[in-house]
Amino acid sequence: MTAVADLTVNFDAEGFMTDPNEWTPEIAAVLAQEEGIDELTNDHWTVINFVRDENDKTGQPPTLRAISKRSGVDTKELYALFPKGPAKKVARIAGLGKPKGCI
Amino acid sequence: MKKVLILGAGTAGTMVANRLSHELDPLEWQITIVDQSETHYYQPGFLFIPFGTYGKADVMKPKRDYLPAGIEIIISPIETIEPEKNRVRIKKDNRTLDYDYLIIATGSRTVPEETPGLAEDEWRKSIFDFYTVDGAMALHKFLRTWEGGRMVLNVAEMPIKCPVAPLEFLFLADYFFHQQGIRDRVELTLATPLPAAFTKPKAAGLLGDILDAKNINVVTEFNIERVEPDERAIYSYDERKVDYDLLISVPVNMGSEVIERSGMGDDLMFVPTEKYTLKAQEYDNVFVLGDATDLPSSKAGSVAHFQVDVFIDNFMRYLDGLELRPTFDGHANCYIESGFGKGFLIDFNYDVEPLPGMFPLPGIGPFSLLQESRVNHWGKMMFRWIYWNILLKGKEMPIPAQMSMAGKWE
Repeated sequence: MTAVADLTVNFDAEGFMTDPNEWTPEIAAVLAQEEGIDELTNDHWTVINFVRDENDKTGQPPTLRAISKRSGVDTKELYALFPKGPAKKVARIAGLGKPKGCI
Repeated sequence: MKKVLILGAGTAGTMVANRLSHELDPLEWQITIVDQSETHYYQPGFLFIPFGTYGKADVMKPKRDYLPAGIEIIISPIETIEPEKNRVRIKKDNRTLDYDYLIIATGSRTVPEETPGLAEDEWRKSIFDFYTVDGAMALHKFLRTWEGGRMVLNVAEMPIKCPVAPLEFLFLADYFFHQQGIRDRVELTLATPLPAAFTKPKAAGLLGDILDAKNINVVTEFNIERVEPDERAIYSYDERKVDYDLLISVPVNMGSEVIERSGMGDDLMFVPTEKYTLKAQEYDNVFVLGDATDLPSSKAGSVAHFQVDVFIDNFMRYLDGLELRPTFDGHANCYIESGFGKGFLIDFNYDVEPLPGMFPLPGIGPFSLLQESRVNHWGKMMFRWIYWNILLKGKEMPIPAQMSMAGKWE
């Protein structure tokens, strides 16, 4: 276990980090706990790394459909890993903005 | 001759064809429009068919009656777009159409096959949709003899065309069952993937209160995994279950298959589009209008109308070698039917959510914003006439393309 000491990280009003570059894997663990996920497993990391890569490529976090189609983790598993709203939850844990798609 | 090719003669395609035929010199420009169907559908009218307010004739007209003279109209499926080669292959006579500028207006469609169990044995027996004419007609027939039970409306996934339509459907259903004298025997439920009744917080709060007052249940964050048609239940990915006797589905919405075949779309076959200019992100001579874009604006006729206004100004500048201006603000303006002869009006854009107030409209309004009134209902009813006679033909509408804060209460 790594202790996160005195990190200053900026969040928006909805609790999403405003700068993905401030993110570290240790921060992910803290945010995951806030989301009710006690421990990040390899499967969690597969998804977190996937959404960070996609965000680098496209400038925005991927939708749930995109994650399930291309990360190798299907929708049902995504709900098991990140209960209730996986796209939103994983984006927050990965230090990204809130996914669009709500119109 | 220079060539503008328009793909799709729906609301956006028809409007832009009419506007371009006024703006471009016919001696210099050839305008061609391609669509697979001869029939234009007034999609906002589908909502009223299940309750017998409109029939088929009210929502279907020949496309040709609404397209301008002097342009080439081709009725044919589109095979592929080849944007690197500035050409489009169509099915009819295996033709290849080349262009200088391409406008993609291929719209959005419902794909019930995306949800297991939805479009199987019980489809249009105990499971219906109302985003197609056939679905709305089948539901109308079914409702004439339905004696009540649990009616569940499920939105499969966002985005959908006309995001207020599911709420309007429930409001109208409540009214309809009251009129039939069986409201006490009908339980109405909305099962939505959204965290509230609507996407925008202020409107969601107000619409949530109305659902409450009309005794309509709401199940939020319900992301459907499958329908169990024999059990008459829908299941979410997190294993929640909602039982029904009658399921009304708003299936997954996707762009045209042509977009996927051409490798031009995102995961839902919508075309990546520049948010404020409507130019395709990848191509400098391709524009995207209407529901075919991937933009975070509503997929609705009013949005298409404001897009076309902005596009025409910008396109004429572009042809003169000037830069595109970032003038599309995501403006939407929607009447919401709430039943019992009343309605709401909401007006919003990318950044400003629907606010209460009064909507000034010279000669006709004002219409109250985000508040129920009879005049809003008549606005909606009148809109069908406006749509067929003014809007599609690209005539001047008294509503500015960009949203105004006039009359809104912050």
